[in-house]
Amino acid sequence: MRPILLQGHERSLTQIKFNKEGDLLFSCSKDHVINVWYSHNGERLGTYDGNNGTVWTVDVDTESRFMVSGAADNTLRLWAVATGKCLYTWEFPTAVKRVAFSADDKQIVCITEQRMGYQCAIRVFNINREGDGTDQSEEPAFMFNPIGSKVTVCAFTLTPNVIVTGHESGKVALFNLKSGEEILNNERAHMDVVTDLQLSADRTYFITSSKDKTARIHDIQTLMVIKTFTTETPLNSAAIAPGKPYILLGGGQDAMNVTTTSLRQGKFETRFWHKVLEEEVGRVKGHFGPINTIAVHPGGTCYASGGEDGFVRVHHFDDSYFRAKPYGDLEIED
Amino acid sequence: MPGLTLDNGDIDYSDIEAKYQVDFDESLDNTVIVDNVPIIDKSKYDRLVAKIAKDFNKKGCSIKPDDIFMPWDDAAGKSKGYLFIDFKSVDEANLALASMHNHPFDAKHIFKLNRFTDVERYAELDETYVEPETEEYTAREHLRAWLADPQGRDQYVTYRGEEVNIHWHGKPSQCEVAHTPKWEHFLYVAWSPLGTFVATLHRQGVRLWGGPSWKPQQRFAHPLVKLIDFSPCENYLVTWSNDPIVVPEGAPQGPQYLSPDDEGNNIAVWDVKSGHLLRTFSTPKEPETNSPKKQMQWPMLKWSPDDKFVARVTAGQMISVHELPSMYLHGKKSLKIEGVVDFEWCPQGDRDRDDAASDSKATTSGSKGALKARENMLVYWTPEVANQPARVTLIGFPSRTVLRQKNLFNVTECKLFWQNQGDFLCVKVDRHTKTKKSTFCNLEIFRVREKDYPVEVVELKDTVLDFSWEPKGERFAIVSSNDPNLGNPGPGITIKTDVSFYQLDRGKNDFKLLRSLASRTSNAIRWSPKGRHVVLATVGSSTKSELEFWDLDFNNEDTGREKVASKDDWGAAIQLLGSGDHYGVTDVEWDPSGRYLATSASAWTHTLENGYAIWDFKGQELEKQILDRFKQFIWRPRPRTLLTKEQQRQIRKNLREFSRTFDEEDAAEESNVSAELIALRKRLVDEWNAWRARSKKEQLEEKGQTVERHTSEEKEEIEVWVDEVIEQIEEEVVE
Repeated sequence: MRPILLQGHERSLTQIKFNKEGDLLFSCSKDHVINVWYSHNGERLGTYDGNNGTVWTVDVDTESRFMVSGAADNTLRLWAVATGKCLYTWEFPTAVKRVAFSADDKQIVCITEQRMGYQCAIRVFNINREGDGTDQSEEPAFMFNPIGSKVTVCAFTLTPNVIVTGHESGKVALFNLKSGEEILNNERAHMDVVTDLQLSADRTYFITSSKDKTARIHDIQTLMVIKTFTTETPLNSAAIAPGKPYILLGGGQDAMNVTTTSLRQGKFETRFWHKVLEEEVGRVKGHFGPINTIAVHPGGTCYASGGEDGFVRVHHFDDSYFRAKPYGDLEIED
Repeated sequence: MPGLTLDNGDIDYSDIEAKYQVDFDESLDNTVIVDNVPIIDKSKYDRLVAKIAKDFNKKGCSIKPDDIFMPWDDAAGKSKGYLFIDFKSVDEANLALASMHNHPFDAKHIFKLNRFTDVERYAELDETYVEPETEEYTAREHLRAWLADPQGRDQYVTYRGEEVNIHWHGKPSQCEVAHTPKWEHFLYVAWSPLGTFVATLHRQGVRLWGGPSWKPQQRFAHPLVKLIDFSPCENYLVTWSNDPIVVPEGAPQGPQYLSPDDEGNNIAVWDVKSGHLLRTFSTPKEPETNSPKKQMQWPMLKWSPDDKFVARVTAGQMISVHELPSMYLHGKKSLKIEGVVDFEWCPQGDRDRDDAASDSKATTSGSKGALKARENMLVYWTPEVANQPARVTLIGFPSRTVLRQKNLFNVTECKLFWQNQGDFLCVKVDRHTKTKKSTFCNLEIFRVREKDYPVEVVELKDTVLDFSWEPKGERFAIVSSNDPNLGNPGPGITIKTDVSFYQLDRGKNDFKLLRSLASRTSNAIRWSPKGRHVVLATVGSSTKSELEFWDLDFNNEDTGREKVASKDDWGAAIQLLGSGDHYGVTDVEWDPSGRYLATSASAWTHTLENGYAIWDFKGQELEKQILDRFKQFIWRPRPRTLLTKEQQRQIRKNLREFSRTFDEEDAAEESNVSAELIALRKRLVDEWNAWRARSKKEQLEEKGQTVERHTSEEKEEIEVWVDEVIEQIEEEVVE
């Protein structure tokens, strides 16, 4: 099926996210705007205005009631999904690079940049879901500065008060929020910056992508690397396709090198790899800049990719995608 | 020491003395005996000694008459005819030995020098004969062992970074690395023309490797060698270095080494089997001109196809032909040709080779009647000078008879192309119009096998960029262009070209256009070594990198070339089999069997997506490797088949029968491979499923511990309203 091109941003995309049902797609970009779209037809439902800098990250809760965003204007904002109103704003000394809701929607975690003498910090806020949502506590429930390489990505695990993080050095670690202690780490998970971290539907494993041209699936309990997917280009994003045994990888050479080489050199395709067999099964072309972020519909019926070129492309899978069994009848657990 | 007296009687200095004792050279190594000295009486002693000392000094051995000791036969009052000379050092003695031994002192006396110590040694030599031990015969490895591969695979060598690999190439399951040699510090690798050796170019010289275990086979000590060229039958090797040969003092001497006589030369010719140096040449000094420096021609020495002669051209003056293996100038004189620019030997066809073989057999057995083998031929061209037209001349060698001459006018440049069987010669003549403003191209085609060497001209309006004969065929392909950008290459400019195929029309005996493919970017023609298939490639462009696989006998189902296409389907049998793309391709090469094609992007040219790909003749990509710092890919050449013509015909006739066994092998192979693959996949899936089951169980247990947060997970149904416009009718109401 023809992809739907979402042309609502003027600058490169930073993160895109489906809500739990997959009918809405949130996208944020360097142009300070957050957009929300109907995923089935690409119609824009609305925007969330107010940020004064690159919006680095968004996340939405399971009820699609609250949305949270982190931006380069050093703010973390809580939005009402339905009305587009900013409900609460937290301010920090440095930019917010990553936010995530917990599985029960009661907590959010945010990572702030290490800059201007401030250390990289992880803060967790309890969200007051009563009332209209404007009554939030200014103080974080937990806050700590992880030692060593700075954190680039994070997510809540199923275990209460434990988060999983990806680091600039390529390290992947589990942190106890209460104590701020590293519970477990895998220093050599990647050889370069971890660029993305996405959880499986049941939060028992996760996939990371890295500039070292590989993506890896890890067990969330042991941080053991289960699968490795080696490509020939730096990766910016990796996502797990529910329902089918595939993972989606996106990347391409650095934006700074794009103008000096041809399109085919850039490798700006979304790559589909078989999750278990570690083989590439297909590629989807379209972007003319590196792919910065990929998200798959929770139902596994479509996926979206956001690129450095400022476009979001939503691809609904054809029938053939669901029917095709390129490796025969292999029964693979999700 | 005056003024300082010490009673040192009881101090033991022996240790210090032992430590600082000066070692006097007690040996007699610096003493030399000179024999064959004239026998004289006392009166002449002084004069003789003075003369001898003078002679020695002349050769650079500085001695004084005092150093000479002449034993005297007092009874006879005469000298004994020999004398001793003491030199200052052993080195000087050695020098004297080297330079004064066999020195003709006068007509009757030739000096014989020996080391004094040697005399003693030889005198004490054991006189009993000891039988030398016969060396155990060890069979050398067969250098062509790779041809005996049961699967008939071909080999290729890859050079990447500092690593060389020799691979087998066959069916997908049979591709494997044959050998990873530990060669270090070399420029590049090269196969010998029949594939027997692989050569590496080191700082010290060339090294040949071969045999199943890739042992070193031969070495040629030509320091800083940059280019090499084997003779066609790989008996000889030519090496070239930019730096003139310098033989340092104390360098090893011998037939395998460069001698001081070779100093200042650049080119060396070696015998491959013995490793002996045959001769060295100097590169002709280019006269300093204002014209941009021409690229050096390589190979500089051109070999006759039977390895009997090697020739080189001195631009504008002559062609010098040397005989092998003596390397003497043939007939003691060069072919003096005013203005000669370039020449080319006629290659030997399969037929000529058989003739030559039977010829040599006939001469050894003394019988007559065998067909006389064709003489070697070479063709050269001279440009226009004053009133003389440009001229292409075909001569026989060694008879030096002119076989055919052709005058040409308005010539800018000639290029000589022999068909590989020596049946045809094409002279690509770049001509200019009278005003010299525009150039065009003529192809002068000599039919060398026919009487009087008829010449036929194909006139073209465009510039011809590449010309290529079909191996063993009667067809050729050209790349021509009339692109205005031609001649001013720049980044991003890809020149538009036309590719045309021509074939000999047997009826009319001339070459006719088969088909022309207009407006492409291809700039390289690569014929399969077996003919029929040809690949057109766009090489060296940053934007285009297409490969087109053509079949020129698509309709003739293996009926052979004998069937001449009838008039109406002239050119109809040309068919595009497939096309491919290899980004940044720099080299395109067929394997010796004509089944596979290799394309590579070498890091020597650019650094984008270096690596190689292997295609089959239909244009299907079989293998692709993207490797950083990839430099070289070369197929291992194969020698000529040992099957006779009759045997080959038999095989072609019964191809079905032969192919059946191979088909069976293929089928077995395929099922084998897939079984392995399926097993591997199953294992991977099982592992994954086991892990998933485990982690799910753990998750459940954890959930049991923590209070169930969502007792009843309410699911919200999302209804998606899709408005679809089935039809839109616009009605206009006309009032």
